[in-house]
Amino acid sequence: MTTSERADPSRSVVLETAVRLVFHTVLVFGVYLLFAGHNQPGGGFVGGLVAGCAFVLRYAVTGREGIGRAVPVDPVLPLGAGLLLAGVTGAAAWLLDGQFLESGKVELDLPVLGVVKATSALPFDTGVFLVVVGLVLLVLRTLGAEAEQ
Amino acid sequence: MTRVLVPLPVVLPLLAAALNVLLVRRQSLQRVVSVLALGGVLATAVLLLREADRSGATVVQLGGWAAPAGISLVADRLSTLLLAVSSGVLLAVLLYAVGQGITDGRRTTPAVFHPCYLVLSAGIAMAFLTGDLFNLFVAFEVMLVASYVLITLDGNGPQVRAGMTYVVTSLVASVLFVTAVGLVYAATGTVNLADAAVRLQDVPEGVRLALGLTLLVVFGIKAAVFPLFSWLPDSYPTAPSPVTAVFAGLLTKVGVYAILRTQTLLFPGSPVLSRVLLVLAVLTMVVGILGALVQDDLKRLLSFTIVSHIGYMLLGLGLASTAGLAGAVLYTVHHIVVQTTLFLVAGLVERRSGTGSLRRSGGMQQVAPVLAVLYLLPALSLAGIPPLSGFVAKLPLLQAGLADGGALALTAVAAAVLTSLLTLYAVGLLWSEVFWGPVADVVPDADRTDSVVVGTARTPRLMLVAAAAAVVAGLAIPVLAGPLYALSERAAEDLVARDAYVSAVLGDGR
Repeated sequence: MTTSERADPSRSVVLETAVRLVFHTVLVFGVYLLFAGHNQPGGGFVGGLVAGCAFVLRYAVTGREGIGRAVPVDPVLPLGAGLLLAGVTGAAAWLLDGQFLESGKVELDLPVLGVVKATSALPFDTGVFLVVVGLVLLVLRTLGAEAEQ
Repeated sequence: MTRVLVPLPVVLPLLAAALNVLLVRRQSLQRVVSVLALGGVLATAVLLLREADRSGATVVQLGGWAAPAGISLVADRLSTLLLAVSSGVLLAVLLYAVGQGITDGRRTTPAVFHPCYLVLSAGIAMAFLTGDLFNLFVAFEVMLVASYVLITLDGNGPQVRAGMTYVVTSLVASVLFVTAVGLVYAATGTVNLADAAVRLQDVPEGVRLALGLTLLVVFGIKAAVFPLFSWLPDSYPTAPSPVTAVFAGLLTKVGVYAILRTQTLLFPGSPVLSRVLLVLAVLTMVVGILGALVQDDLKRLLSFTIVSHIGYMLLGLGLASTAGLAGAVLYTVHHIVVQTTLFLVAGLVERRSGTGSLRRSGGMQQVAPVLAVLYLLPALSLAGIPPLSGFVAKLPLLQAGLADGGALALTAVAAAVLTSLLTLYAVGLLWSEVFWGPVADVVPDADRTDSVVVGTARTPRLMLVAAAAAVVAGLAIPVLAGPLYALSERAAEDLVARDAYVSAVLGDGR
């Protein structure tokens, strides 16, 4: 650690270490909520918010640049892709002769996981998840730019 | 087939908006996607209108969940007629905005116009099509969130100040709206409009009246009805003209549509509400137009005429007769087209002269005779000069008022005639200040950093073509007056006879 870094009053070693510890846990919990959402509390929106919180924590430590390193894509990318995914999932019901947004499900017998039930609500929720995460990243990038000046 | 078509006007713009977000750096592709999406919506809306007029309302239960529990989309005559007119207007304004170059964003901000504009279109389509009170709230929110971005597109001082007024007013209205939805649910146990229409019959008269008035206040704010209109002339004029045009033409009319739909479906035949509507109609018409007479700014003057002419639609609704409702529907169609056109032309004038101030401009008809013609036709139409669309739309309203014969109805008719005269005076004032007189110097662009370029002394061709197309659409209304009025009358009959709507949504079991 150089002298200039130690002298920087805005850095907090406790916060940095704590965030480094919890960052991935929070991220994974967000993804867990996304998958749990169909039959239990959770879902794409909440999962996205929790995953977004992980990035907010990281932002508190590393600032805008650190977020840029952690997610090296333009935040509008997940936002647009998520909206597209959600919309296409809703419209896909038409191809299977259903109403718009009608949900379909398949049950798969996978080798390790056992019987897994997958519904078309999952890609829709994933879309919502991506939109929320993209939005959080966008807010951090644009509003964060103002705050750091 | 039509069942697949019904959600399309909402889904297509949303998908296109998602694509446009991904294409944020490819502006030429964004334009293609937006034009294709709105063109598709227009085609869908026309097909749906034809289908609704031939064989009645098409109902789609989203997700396959049956009516009172799920969300219904209802494409009946009224909603598809307004949807078709709106999507035509949206397409024309999009071309105009592309021609003006405000869609490209500046170097510091991404090009957000296209995605927001498409989300706005999706919200408008959803508001027209939905058969569910809570979904109507969602539609309003979708529309409003997009409009918050569009109204502050440049993020400069005046726009943020005007945006604050707009956002605060809209949020207050939204809070009231959710409250009203909650109250309707508490009273009836449903938020499905058709189901609520049936169940509200068993609700005590006083409660029903309170619900009706609450919803009237909510939509009255959105539609800028007296005395809840002051936010409109304050906030609309600062936005770029295509944004103002589409807000002026469509957002207030969505409010009017919501009033029409809820009052006729949920609270029919309430004499108190009818009387309230007539009084509001008179005040909105007269106060609005008096405000227009004292403005110096082009767009502010036109904003006051929006307020004033909302009164005509309320007049038709307040008469509570089929003829009155038919007049209100036709007037809404006319007003969407004409008011949008006027703002598009106002944008063209500012582009040339560099100023919206009446005092500082003059002689426009000498330097740009085409603009003078483009202004004069919709302006005279707004005032109701025969044979233009305003006359065609006002005549059935006035006849319905005279047929009613009550003192309040006759007062409203007199106020409507007076407002027409004052509108003629207001648009004439604008004409003599801006188009007549000595040629004024071109005012240089006051703010070169924003996306709106003014004071170029030239008119881009695409802007001109889009505005001219809107003027021609306005001229087509009197040509098609017969079929259009007949269609409005059938739509009005649907509104009065609620059974068709209710049984279409809930199934024939009831």
